Amino acid sequence: MPVSDSPALEIDGLIKDVGPIASLDGRMMRVLDGVSLSARFGQVTALLGANGAGKTTTLECAQGLQRRNGGTIRLLGQDPDSAGADLRARVGVMLQDGGLPPSARPLPLLRHIAAMYRNPRDIGGLVERLGIDTFTNTTVRRLSGGQKQRLALAACLVGNPEVVFLDEPSAGLDPQSRQIVFELIRELRDEGLAIVLTTHLLDDAQKLADYVFIVDGGRTVAQGTVPELLAQEGSTSSRSLMFEAAQGLDLAGLPAGLDAAEVSAGHYTVTGIQQPADLAALAQWWAAHDVMPASLHFAARNLEDVFLDISGRQIR
Amino acid sequence: MSTPAPLAARVLAQGRYETITMLRNGEQLILAVVLPLMALIGLSVTPLLDGLGASRINIATPGILALCAMSTAFTGQGIATGFDRRYGVLRFLSTTPLGRAGLIWGKVIAVLAVLVLQVLVVSAVALLLGWQPSPAGWALGVPLLVLGAAAFTALGLLVAGTVRPEATLAITNLLWLVLGAFGGIVLPSDRQPLLVQDIVHFLPSGALGQALRDAFLTGTLNLGETLVLLVWAALASAGALRWFKWS
Repeated sequence: MPVSDSPALEIDGLIKDVGPIASLDGRMMRVLDGVSLSARFGQVTALLGANGAGKTTTLECAQGLQRRNGGTIRLLGQDPDSAGADLRARVGVMLQDGGLPPSARPLPLLRHIAAMYRNPRDIGGLVERLGIDTFTNTTVRRLSGGQKQRLALAACLVGNPEVVFLDEPSAGLDPQSRQIVFELIRELRDEGLAIVLTTHLLDDAQKLADYVFIVDGGRTVAQGTVPELLAQEGSTSSRSLMFEAAQGLDLAGLPAGLDAAEVSAGHYTVTGIQQPADLAALAQWWAAHDVMPASLHFAARNLEDVFLDISGRQIR
Repeated sequence: MSTPAPLAARVLAQGRYETITMLRNGEQLILAVVLPLMALIGLSVTPLLDGLGASRINIATPGILALCAMSTAFTGQGIATGFDRRYGVLRFLSTTPLGRAGLIWGKVIAVLAVLVLQVLVVSAVALLLGWQPSPAGWALGVPLLVLGAAAFTALGLLVAGTVRPEATLAITNLLWLVLGAFGGIVLPSDRQPLLVQDIVHFLPSGALGQALRDAFLTGTLNLGETLVLLVWAALASAGALRWFKWS
């Protein structure tokens, strides 16, 4: 696997209009309005955003499935719109809806797709690894959502690609399948592949991604590693702490800058914690008032906080 | 670095895969083989084709061969493509080295492969029933069947690529029935209602049926009907290239 310093995928100012849309009096609708991102070999790059943010459209433009209206895309140094079989052989695609024929059976289907490549992956190993060997004789239409998803992943990998596009790879997966799929994605990353995935699940991005691009309203609104994004200043950059203690504590004498409320009987939430000294002050207040918390929960800032800071709306 | 299999290998693999898929489909087999055979036998035991200057089976068989081309290239292939489009199969396969052009060529190969099997079965039964094709018939008939299959494949793709798969299913089945009965494909134009006699020669069904009858009955090439088929093939191909939606 050639690991190169130049990006596997580079998208700059991507613009895509769809339509004409009847409800817009026949005008075009701009669904991508300047998405920019890049993906490197040996990394999992996640496009994170709400449904309808433009993640799938961005991927489809990069895969050559949709023609863009503006901006540039370089996939392995080439423009996907004019790409031939040589480029397609180096890129694996897993579509959101699978794209597998309902009447097909897993093994013949994988063998058929493998026939499109000169040096495909070993199907037996892939089938075993993804647990497909337990349903080789079932037609696609009878597979569960998770089984379909694993088969689609196998179909995407069978050609031994260098760049892998996964559109919502964890959709429909039960916890075990999710574990299998995530482990395989990490392994492919460690082999040096460039993995580009979309997700609307913050948890997926936090668990898998080396680098995250947050897409909202057809634009890239933030980017960085997960720790970088978490460290970003925002309106909710202070953290909160929850503790349990006796009911009816007098919260009036809390240290300056901290705020607390008894959200339910004996359950308290302290907000406004910004630095270690705030925690120390809180502990001193407990000592002064002889409060021994029965439980403590210090919530770290997570990607959801970051996302809400940026987009200002709920995305789960 | 991953490299694609050679173009010919990709297209042949796709053609083989689609052929097997078509042959495994029960409804498709009924449309492709059972109904044409029933029509062939029906026409050879009833007096529908009497008084046209040749034996019933000699008039019926070329029309049934034309019907086979329409059922496989138009109805069968159209419906399969429509649902492949719905399920994202066309989009997924076009991201593999096969690509969009390879996908279409694979479908053409599958249509021709199934058509060969249909022609073998129908001809064998027809010969048993006393069919006597003109000596020059096959030399003209085979290229005409290929041309007809091309026109109907393009028409099937045009329908499948522009409307929902349920509509494709309805349109291609309905047209198969209507053109099969009144399109001049098995019943020559002078056995049609007066209303349609003049137009069937301009339909792809009537053109293919008549051209094949002239080829197998008298060994002559019907230039007019061949031209009609060429025009249909060209128009439908242009339309499919222009309007076919992959998703």
